[in-house]
Amino acid sequence: MHRIDCPWCGIRDEAEFQYQGDATKVRPAPDASQDAFFDYVYKRDNPKGWHTEWWHHVGGCRQWVKVVRNTLTHEIHATGAPAEKLSLPRKKKRGSK
Amino acid sequence: MWRDPEPKPQYDVIIIGGGGHGLATAYYLAKEHGITNVAVIEKGWIGGGNVGRNTTIVRSNYMFPANTHFYEKSMKLWEGLEQDFNFNAMVSQRGVINLFHSDPQRDAFARRGNAMRLAGVDAEFLTPEQLKEMVPILDFENARFPIQGGLLQRRGGTVRHDAVAWGYARGADSRGVDILQNCEVKDIVVEGGAAVAVETSRGTIRGKKIAMAVAGHTSQVAKMAGIELPIESHVLQAFVSEGIKPLLDTVVTFGAGHFYISQSDKGGLVFGGDLDGYNSYAQRGNLPMMEHVMAGGMAIMPAIGRVRLLRHWGGVMDMSFDGSPFICKTGIDCLYLNGGWCYGGFKATPASGWCFAHTIAKDAPHKLNEAFTIERFRQGRMIDEKGVGPSPWIQ
Repeated sequence: MHRIDCPWCGIRDEAEFQYQGDATKVRPAPDASQDAFFDYVYKRDNPKGWHTEWWHHVGGCRQWVKVVRNTLTHEIHATGAPAEKLSLPRKKKRGSK
Repeated sequence: MWRDPEPKPQYDVIIIGGGGHGLATAYYLAKEHGITNVAVIEKGWIGGGNVGRNTTIVRSNYMFPANTHFYEKSMKLWEGLEQDFNFNAMVSQRGVINLFHSDPQRDAFARRGNAMRLAGVDAEFLTPEQLKEMVPILDFENARFPIQGGLLQRRGGTVRHDAVAWGYARGADSRGVDILQNCEVKDIVVEGGAAVAVETSRGTIRGKKIAMAVAGHTSQVAKMAGIELPIESHVLQAFVSEGIKPLLDTVVTFGAGHFYISQSDKGGLVFGGDLDGYNSYAQRGNLPMMEHVMAGGMAIMPAIGRVRLLRHWGGVMDMSFDGSPFICKTGIDCLYLNGGWCYGGFKATPASGWCFAHTIAKDAPHKLNEAFTIERFRQGRMIDEKGVGPSPWIQ
């Protein structure tokens, strides 16, 4: 069970959240090229290790939460509000790549 | 059953991944195309990946033409597989029934059934009365999801998954294919726009053609060649109960949630449901989804409520952005891609190997897999059977 520290509600169970994917993707400007939109919508780094991602607290405060989580160990390193810049753990941990 | 050879310095074809798809590819390369100087390299052991982690269901009940014809090819290969590779894979055409619970769902299933029949695939519409004769254990009067009928593919069923890996491995090995276990690929060497070798834990192996069949880890392996794909890796859990007396002689899926169940020959109920729904390479899931799957089971089959769970596990899925796979060239010469199987890879095993072998041998796709390209996303030719869009966690 993931226990996610919502910045507004505190630590809550995974079951209250809806996963919303890779949070490193930034929407291109409206007049950006088709390639830029292709990358934004479809291409994913899909890392085996630390992943910055969105979790929607749909069963709670309904805010979007940014989460740094390890896709191999399910460990959560940090959570924050959408505008926050969250850094990945400095030291390489087991399973990170 | 197969040799344990030392890697040769060079092969005509190197297949990365000794799962069902990689072994089937090697088998059909040798059998259909006479290409036998082939290595299958596997980081673990044969049968230790997703080919041994699925719920063994086979079916071809798809609606979109690209999928319908491809999966029907797979079904036809399943039907002749045991004679073909002379191994008992316990192919059991016990039928696959998709239950429906509302008028719109009935119409959607009728449409799918009609699409299947137009493509030459068997499909039958079942009334609740017909269903009651086939599967009396169902809760037809469930207050929230009453069962209004079902769509049956009688030729669908189950296959002993491990035996599929073993049969293909033995068949490929006996034709000269080297199966190299405990051999992990560390890098793909690309020179002058063409893939020429793989660096492995057992040394460098050169290949005239290099093919990836590593679903679950496709992003990781493709990255070695500098390719970024529309794939996310997700975990899917599956469950087996203690062995009980015969209860269910077909495969049943719940239409109002995601739950599918059959009974193995040992008596265990084999079932599964949705993805956990977050990127994961962990091969294990979490409790909320387990509870959700059990709730789905209780909604259609409350009689199983006191059956004890014997085992559960997770497998890592290549979730593509339209729910459909890749069997294609990659844009790098001599490098071929097979992946993106989402959670439907097992039933595709024979046709996947058959089409991938053709694509590698001819350096061009077969008509059956020509739609399963990477470029389809850029071209707006997605094959989105469910119509849910580019959110792999709900595909």
